[in-house]
Amino acid sequence: MDALDLARWQFGVTTVYHFLFVPLTIGLGVFVAGLQTAWYRRTRKGGDGEHLLRLTKFFGKLFLINFAMGVVTGIVQEFQFGMNWSQYSIFVGDVFGAPLAMEALLAFFLESTFLGLWIFGWERLPRRVHLACLWAAVIGSNLSAYFILAANAWMKHPVGYEVVGGRARMTDLWAVLTNSTALAQVPHVVAGAFVVAGGFVIAVSGYRILREGSGGTAGMWRTSLRGALVMTAIAGIVVAGTGDQSARMLREQQPMKLAAAEGLRHDTAGAPFSVVPGLEVPDLLSLLAAHDPQAVVQGMDDVQRRYAAAFGPADYTPNLPVVFWSFRVMIVFGMTTVGLSVLGLWLTRRRRRTTALPRWFARLCVLALPLPTVAIVAGWLLSEIGRQPWTVQGELMTAASVSPGVALTEVAATLAGFTLLYGVLAVAEGVLLMRHVKAGPEPMPVEPVPSDEARLTPTLMY
Amino acid sequence: MTLTTFWFIVIAFLWTGYFVLEGFDFGVGALLPLLSRSEADRRQVLTTIGPVWDGNEVWLITAVGAMFAAFPAWYAHMLSGFYLPLFLVIIGLIVRGVGLEWRGKVTSRRELALCDAGIVAGSVLPAFLWGAIFGHMLYGTAAAAAVGGALSLAMATLHGAVFVALRTTGPVRARARRAALLVSAGAVPLAAVALPSVPGSSALTVPDWSASPFLWASALAAMAALASGAALIWRRREGWAFAATAGAIVFTTATLFGALWPAPMPGITVTEAASAPYTLTVLTWLGVIALPGVIAYQAWTYWIFRRRVSARSE
Repeated sequence: MDALDLARWQFGVTTVYHFLFVPLTIGLGVFVAGLQTAWYRRTRKGGDGEHLLRLTKFFGKLFLINFAMGVVTGIVQEFQFGMNWSQYSIFVGDVFGAPLAMEALLAFFLESTFLGLWIFGWERLPRRVHLACLWAAVIGSNLSAYFILAANAWMKHPVGYEVVGGRARMTDLWAVLTNSTALAQVPHVVAGAFVVAGGFVIAVSGYRILREGSGGTAGMWRTSLRGALVMTAIAGIVVAGTGDQSARMLREQQPMKLAAAEGLRHDTAGAPFSVVPGLEVPDLLSLLAAHDPQAVVQGMDDVQRRYAAAFGPADYTPNLPVVFWSFRVMIVFGMTTVGLSVLGLWLTRRRRRTTALPRWFARLCVLALPLPTVAIVAGWLLSEIGRQPWTVQGELMTAASVSPGVALTEVAATLAGFTLLYGVLAVAEGVLLMRHVKAGPEPMPVEPVPSDEARLTPTLMY
Repeated sequence: MTLTTFWFIVIAFLWTGYFVLEGFDFGVGALLPLLSRSEADRRQVLTTIGPVWDGNEVWLITAVGAMFAAFPAWYAHMLSGFYLPLFLVIIGLIVRGVGLEWRGKVTSRRELALCDAGIVAGSVLPAFLWGAIFGHMLYGTAAAAAVGGALSLAMATLHGAVFVALRTTGPVRARARRAALLVSAGAVPLAAVALPSVPGSSALTVPDWSASPFLWASALAAMAALASGAALIWRRREGWAFAATAGAIVFTTATLFGALWPAPMPGITVTEAASAPYTLTVLTWLGVIALPGVIAYQAWTYWIFRRRVSARSE
């Protein structure tokens, strides 16, 4: 183990951990905003929207518990480039820094400021303005995904730059922001986030239905379940479509990653798709990666030979088992979640809210929480470990990116510190979420108290 | 003015915004145990920053992100150079953030106390460390780090005390005023020693004497603002006192960045560290378009929550 290995572990641990919370922030935020919009529209016309308001507040609370973790673990991300990867930062800052600055200025301010207004503004702001604040916040979250993914895409497929004096220099911002890799990756990851958030709501709703049976507020949970099923199914289609597009781009932009994901050794025309080692479907990989069953897909050994000729002798192969298996885990776990949502839509196709949901399906719903989360983490492992040994494909190796002045003990200490703190916070977050899910929504006040105190009291916090 | 100079000033502006805004958040967090006698008091104190602290923290994210984009080498050397202090800053910001957000979601006394501990530690630690980091950046000595840390912690605490006095009613407001007076008894002499040493020193890593008149002016203005903040809170002019402590932070940060020009880190000049003109131009357009909007809607947030927070009878 040297400082480089530990710095990589630190990036892996902190980034995967950060990304456990981000998809919920992105997707659940939109879901809660949708609920509040439905409540606003229903009650404006004088209809009975109480169950929608209760759902908004219930899922809003879960959203906020999770949001806190997304924000604080995000700080680590921005600092980490400079702390552990100073050589990378110096090389890419001119190009990579711009989308990060845009993310902060255009997205994070919007998200944080308007979420504060939403949390404390229930009694303060007119209903319409209050709702608009939540939408502004969730637009901020989704916009931040775009900028950070554009920056990430540039590492895999650098465009709009030139290298001058050992540093990348941006020559075309538009090219960076409309990088084909980014345009495929953004909808793939954001839709994946909606699948995770949809799965979360499906699981919570299923759990509440199991707990409450058909009486009480079961109709309310059917509403949230239906909404989440629709969201998950639609997002699932987008994930699949953009995944197909990404695979075709890999063939052109990152042939080594595609070859490693398939365990393909040699350049092959009519390449087979390896379902698991030993079980192959002829021509399928070529069909998927090029939409042509006879197309040539490059193999690892041949790419290695070509890279060694172009960039000098080194090992250009990523960690094969991780890349190979994370690809399969991503597809299987993701597809299962989407299948579950389609099954749920079929079972709840009748509009009557009184029809009881089969208990076996309600139990199955709980799986919709872990499945897509594992899938999306596996997707990132495929994407980023598959990029190795490069930080910037074809330009900068990971080994040359690390901070030269940071000692092994320093990286070890901070890795241990982050891992320990993150572990404790993960337990606390899990306990908090579970407790609120178990407790269920708070009963609505019978009569609002229009006193000074009430107006000064935030509804959701403190 | 060259683009590089302009962006150095923008970076200084972003850090100033961060120190002014999160300065009082840190102060409020640090003083939480001293200003409160009960759970209702603690809620009252924390509600003053509840809607705004997260937006204030984005000034840090923006300042650091803008450094990454505009001065990659400065960003890289500063962050890898102050490795362990920055790790502790981040740990502080994490425990403070979850403490603030989760406080309203927990019920038991023990969990509330844990959240409070996170808020206090997560406020004191970064408030001290930012001063220590920049003090060390100026002089490269442990003594400078200690003085810088003490000064930034004292100024943030005073700023926070004045903010609570401005934003609350009842006993908490009275306690905040007393705390402000107490803290200023330490902060004002400390500033009177530390601030003039910046323009008066030949020990700066890279002294740039041409900036000296500016440094003298802004250091003196910082001291004057701090002293008048103390006098104003004594006279119960809380609004003006808050403007004065904010001004003290603005001038202190201006002194700091004035002294960092033109070589913010040993051996690295701003020109060498800067991105190419194309990127700086792009960033300029971004700033010109986005920053006024950000400032406008953050100001609107403060306007919405302008009423004093009173104690809630539970």
